[in-house]
Amino acid sequence: MAQLTFREAIARGIAQEMRRDDSVVFLGEDVGAAGGVFKGTVGLLEEFGDVRVRDTPISEQAILGAAMGAAMTGLRPIAEIMFSDFFAVCWDIVANEIAKSRYMTNGQVTFPLVIRSGNGGGLRFGAQHSQSVENWAMMIPGLKVVVPSNAVDVIGLMAASIRDPDPVIFLEAKALYASKMDVPDGEIVDTLGSAKVLRQGSNATVVALGSMVPKALQAAEELATNGIECTVIDVRSLVPLDTTTILREVSATGRMFTVEENPRLCGWGAELASIIADEVFYDLDGPIVRITTPHIPLPAADALEDLAIPSVERIVNTIHKSMNS
Amino acid sequence: MTSTHAAPELSYLDHKVAMYRCQVALRQFEQRAYDLFLENFVKGTSHLSIGQEAIAAGVAAAMRPTDWTFATYRGHAHTLARGVPMTPIFAELMGRTNGLMAGKGGSMHLTSVEHGMMGSYAIIGAHLPIACGAAWSAQYRGTDQVAVAFFGDGSVNIGAFHEALNFAAVWKLPVIFFCENNLWMEYTRTSDVTAVANPAADRAAAYGLESIIVDGNDADAVYEVTSLAIARARAGEGPSMIEAKTYRHGGHSRADPGKYRPDEELAEWLLKDPIPLYRSRLLEMGVSEDDLLVLEADVDAEVETATNEAKAGGVPGEDLLLKDVWADGGASWRN
Ligand SMILES: Cc1ncc(C[n+]2csc(CCOP(=O)(O)OP(=O)(O)O)c2C)c(N)n1
Ligand SMILES: [Mg+2]
Repeated sequence: MAQLTFREAIARGIAQEMRRDDSVVFLGEDVGAAGGVFKGTVGLLEEFGDVRVRDTPISEQAILGAAMGAAMTGLRPIAEIMFSDFFAVCWDIVANEIAKSRYMTNGQVTFPLVIRSGNGGGLRFGAQHSQSVENWAMMIPGLKVVVPSNAVDVIGLMAASIRDPDPVIFLEAKALYASKMDVPDGEIVDTLGSAKVLRQGSNATVVALGSMVPKALQAAEELATNGIECTVIDVRSLVPLDTTTILREVSATGRMFTVEENPRLCGWGAELASIIADEVFYDLDGPIVRITTPHIPLPAADALEDLAIPSVERIVNTIHKSMNS
Repeated sequence: MTSTHAAPELSYLDHKVAMYRCQVALRQFEQRAYDLFLENFVKGTSHLSIGQEAIAAGVAAAMRPTDWTFATYRGHAHTLARGVPMTPIFAELMGRTNGLMAGKGGSMHLTSVEHGMMGSYAIIGAHLPIACGAAWSAQYRGTDQVAVAFFGDGSVNIGAFHEALNFAAVWKLPVIFFCENNLWMEYTRTSDVTAVANPAADRAAAYGLESIIVDGNDADAVYEVTSLAIARARAGEGPSMIEAKTYRHGGHSRADPGKYRPDEELAEWLLKDPIPLYRSRLLEMGVSEDDLLVLEADVDAEVETATNEAKAGGVPGEDLLLKDVWADGGASWRN
């Protein structure tokens, strides 16, 4: 058992898989010698050498194209896109090439690759380095989308993503990089498409993702002091989506609140709301409520960014008001 | 089914005859594809290589079966040249179950991994970085496989082209970037929108590559320069860029008559048609007229048989619709 930060867990997860499988290679900007701009890949170059851990030019299309071509010819690449906002300059490779080619070729090719990226706000970087883009990825058929919320899950879900035969977009909440927790020794391998129930309560079910998970948990503690007991679910993976767990837990309490960092329109919670309305409507005791970042580019000033991204206070107040109306 | 692939281990003359057969097969295939489009058997769109056959034939002849081709939407010729039989390609154009991808890809996405045909890509420039990735994988795994990425003259002004060239050069990847310069994009002349005279070759120097220009209507010349580039790539000497000058006899796609092109330009290039030129060369080298007639009749018969076989294919149904989004064969995104 050791205390690890979220960022240290990334290197540990990648190293665990690179030791096990020679076909795992890693490429990106500043990932090797510098250990990543967020220091998430420190030590990988030293352990695995510059043939397996490769610094690239600032060429996001080349990085992801190379990952794709390598994946379709026998390697298991991990590619880093430094900030998830930068997906916009290489989205063709993600959305048209990687995501569609298996289907278009009637299954002739597979893409066992992982694209990891620093996602979301909280660091006061302004609109072009702060967006939470999980909804971009979720809406593309052919991509798996994984968003861990703590160090242990980072390792286990990273391992599962690397071992998965399909392309995985692995989004790391930048706001969580410094968070710490005890991590067991030895190999950790998790399962994609499994949500986790982190807290059980009888009044409402709060469904959260990534950086919103610790906030949802804290909000649940505060609500409990006011007599509102919440179940909190960490979705962990948007595709595949563990609807079984979510439907069961929403049915049990009769209420669903989503807590989403993505800007409001077409956020993952909207899809979830439609599934709930479609399949367990008669188990609901009140409206489905989405707590999201407003539909705006994220502002840089700390005061404004804090107003934009759902806060513990906003989660508590929204749930409290809705439960008492 | 006869393969149109010209294997390099043949004798000198047989090798040339095989390259001729390949070009004739590509021409006949494309003409039939055009007819089938006009008859509404081929839906959607298609982009023919009529006039550009010497490139596909010459390059494929220089490749080993284990090498990889990455083509554009103008990819019928490259698919055939790698040895994929005609029937599944016709069937794919017609959207039938016996199509190369059972109708799920269509004309612009022909792929046959078993033939090293790693895909036809319809987003301009996208496959250049992907070919780099395949080349990287060969380099990493220590095989001597080479990737060849074809693209048009209009594709040199998109970012992916430039990213791929620099990336391949700094990683010394075994990849050949092959520009089929047919002078035209869709309906715009490339020289009207491009800062340099040789759209691909003039950019080579910017990435530390030698500038190679070849007559794209001469299969032997294409074969020679490609063989050299491939040998360099296999020897670990890195990427090459080749620009081949050629011309498409028809329009850009579908039934486009290509009226935007001056008559004299077309007439000039029809005189440089690669197929009659290569035929005369074979006759001069002592191949008999009779042998060539037999070969041509054989290709005609192949096209005829393949057309009929393709038309006999089934119409794809719901079983295919939700198949193969994922490696497990399915399309499910939830439990
Ligand atoms: C990114 C992108 N932009 C535009 C198009 C539309 N488009 C398809 S083919 C084409 C012309 C390409 O010309 P060239 O590269 O010379 O190839 P050719 O068709 O002559 O073989 C265009 C503009 C596209 N497919 N992808
Ligand atoms: Mg062109």
